[in-house]
Amino acid sequence: MTTLATVFEKARAENRAALVGYLPAGFPTIDGAIAAATAMVEAGCDVIEIGLPYSDPLMDGPTIQDAVHRALENGTRIADVMRTVEGVAKSGAATLVMTYWNPIDRYGAERFARDLAAAGGVGTITPDLTPEEAGPWREASASAGIDTVFLVAPSSTEERIAIVTECCTGFVYAASLMGVTGARESVGAAAAGLVERTRPHAKVPVCVGLGVGTGAQAAEVAAYADGVIVGSAFIRRLLDAPNEREGLRAVRELAAELAEGVRR
Amino acid sequence: MSISEGTLITPADFTGAGSGGDVSERGKFGVFGGRYVPEALIPALDEVAAEYEKARTDLAFIREFDHLLRTYAGRPTTITEVPRFAEQAGGARILLKREDLTHTGAHKINNVLGQALLTKRLGKSRVIAETGAGQHGVATATAAALMGLECVIYMGAVDCERQALNVARMKLLGARVVPVTNGSQTLKDAINEAFRDWVTNVDSTHYLFGTVAGPYPFPGIVRDFARIIGVEARRQVLELTGELPDAVCAAVGGGSNAIGIMHAFIEDADVQLHGYEAGGRGAETGEHALTLTQGSIGVLHGSRTYVLQDDEGQTIESHSISAGLDYPGVGPEHAWLKDSGRATYHGITDAEAMDAFALLARTEGIIPAIESSHALAGALKLGRDLGPDATILVNLSGRGDKDMGTAMKYFNL
Ligand SMILES: Cc1ncc(COP(=O)(O)O)c(C=O)c1O
Repeated sequence: MTTLATVFEKARAENRAALVGYLPAGFPTIDGAIAAATAMVEAGCDVIEIGLPYSDPLMDGPTIQDAVHRALENGTRIADVMRTVEGVAKSGAATLVMTYWNPIDRYGAERFARDLAAAGGVGTITPDLTPEEAGPWREASASAGIDTVFLVAPSSTEERIAIVTECCTGFVYAASLMGVTGARESVGAAAAGLVERTRPHAKVPVCVGLGVGTGAQAAEVAAYADGVIVGSAFIRRLLDAPNEREGLRAVRELAAELAEGVRR
Repeated sequence: MSISEGTLITPADFTGAGSGGDVSERGKFGVFGGRYVPEALIPALDEVAAEYEKARTDLAFIREFDHLLRTYAGRPTTITEVPRFAEQAGGARILLKREDLTHTGAHKINNVLGQALLTKRLGKSRVIAETGAGQHGVATATAAALMGLECVIYMGAVDCERQALNVARMKLLGARVVPVTNGSQTLKDAINEAFRDWVTNVDSTHYLFGTVAGPYPFPGIVRDFARIIGVEARRQVLELTGELPDAVCAAVGGGSNAIGIMHAFIEDADVQLHGYEAGGRGAETGEHALTLTQGSIGVLHGSRTYVLQDDEGQTIESHSISAGLDYPGVGPEHAWLKDSGRATYHGITDAEAMDAFALLARTEGIIPAIESSHALAGALKLGRDLGPDATILVNLSGRGDKDMGTAMKYFNL
């Protein structure tokens, strides 16, 4: 199994940033998501975040909302998310689950951590779990041997950055801008400053996400961050493709472009 | 400096009966409440909490709020005894707290005026809000017009249709109304969309949250601004009857009108507190908004509380004939009042609510909001249980003008 530590070590050895790709489980179909994520890994993604589709994704913009809605319409369940993680982990990428807190809460923190570890998952990103409420999840994750990634944002004060990074293992997720997920014309100007403010507190790598969608943007972010996170742009390729084969080709092409970007 | 003669509220009214949700507990009501939000919003929530802590003990702020409540909102609202209606309640005495008589026609104005003043203290120029029935949206648009704030209201597309009159009112008041077309296209989705706006525009914008749900500090702030309802009503019932009421009844959507009237009575152990949720087409049909009575503990919209959810934590869409109660979550303080046994919660079906709606209109000449009609229907049942010696105080949280479209269809008018 590839861990986050080995991914970042390898990237550092190659003097580049790691490439992190996001896709929700169950989109466009359960097997389709596994195939698309695998194609992304083959074309250069080092880490895959599998989104756990949730009915109330209040941090997500229209593209991810749309994909998640379709995944839920397809009847995607947590067992399917675990199966997706298992399938994607086989490709050799470090595979995480990105999820809002309530599905884990309902499933049971210990059970979720155990099942995720058993599926070959290496950790979670929990965008609405604040450090104040994260105690049980950090404990469950530690005993299952999986990482816990939390977010810092441009609005975060020094004090909050210290509190959040303290809870992060694996990496720290730095949100590049104030807003929801979605590709943007340009990556937030605040991102570089946020990474700089986060570094002194972080014992683990710092990755930047939100708004990244092109090779040029990936290169720009890779200049100051340890990893570049891309989600909506991959989903957009799948949404716009006339069929599954074309969709796979398009995500492969984008992953290759981004992989080249993080190596510039 | 003391509060001048004739004011409605005192600093003590803000601190209330200490049932949690304060800064010291970081918004916890027992195990409920807290904050489950993107980190990006934490500084804004901290800022709102800190400013509110200063405001609630600042006599100048309290005086300004008090002035608006008296000279703009029309407080104090009266209580009205409804004997002809109460004939259907086993002869129990029923007293209505007339929030329907406030400016804009519902209890929502109390919270909105308080938070609009807070917005100015925060130095923000734009407010956003979610709305279900449109009453919170109308109240927010009203306060924004009064105070010269830019205003955007998120409203589920389904609700825009069933509360069309209120959409027109908001537009006339200068607000932009954004219909939300994802998910169930009701209140829950409007809240999601308002949070998305807030995280994007947080520098200029205050999220003027409309009920006692959401992340800390909203449940405590909204409660404190709505608390005047019960403070007045307690005094008025004592004056009229010489005794405290036997029971207090209110409809529960997110829970603001209910906590508003209940909170001043929490320490009065002999006063029963009853909340009425929307039973929709009936508990057995699955088409209801029985969050406290049928839901389970989870996290929705930033707070740990009771939620209508499936076995994997996906929110289940609620149903109610009344847009204001059509919500699969509920404020954390109600979750706590339920689990502690201090308050009791029940379901009232669409049909029961509409019967009470028509009955109050015909027997007393008062057309209530359909939301409030759930509390009225509950009081009829409760009266029969408690017997003819009982006095029941009901929060008539709003008037029914906005519901005439629904009533015309329902009763073939
Ligand atoms: C008249 C009226 N009553 C009750 C409610 C329900 O909200 P809450 O439970 O917060 O009082 C609404 C909401 O729109 C309303 O307009």
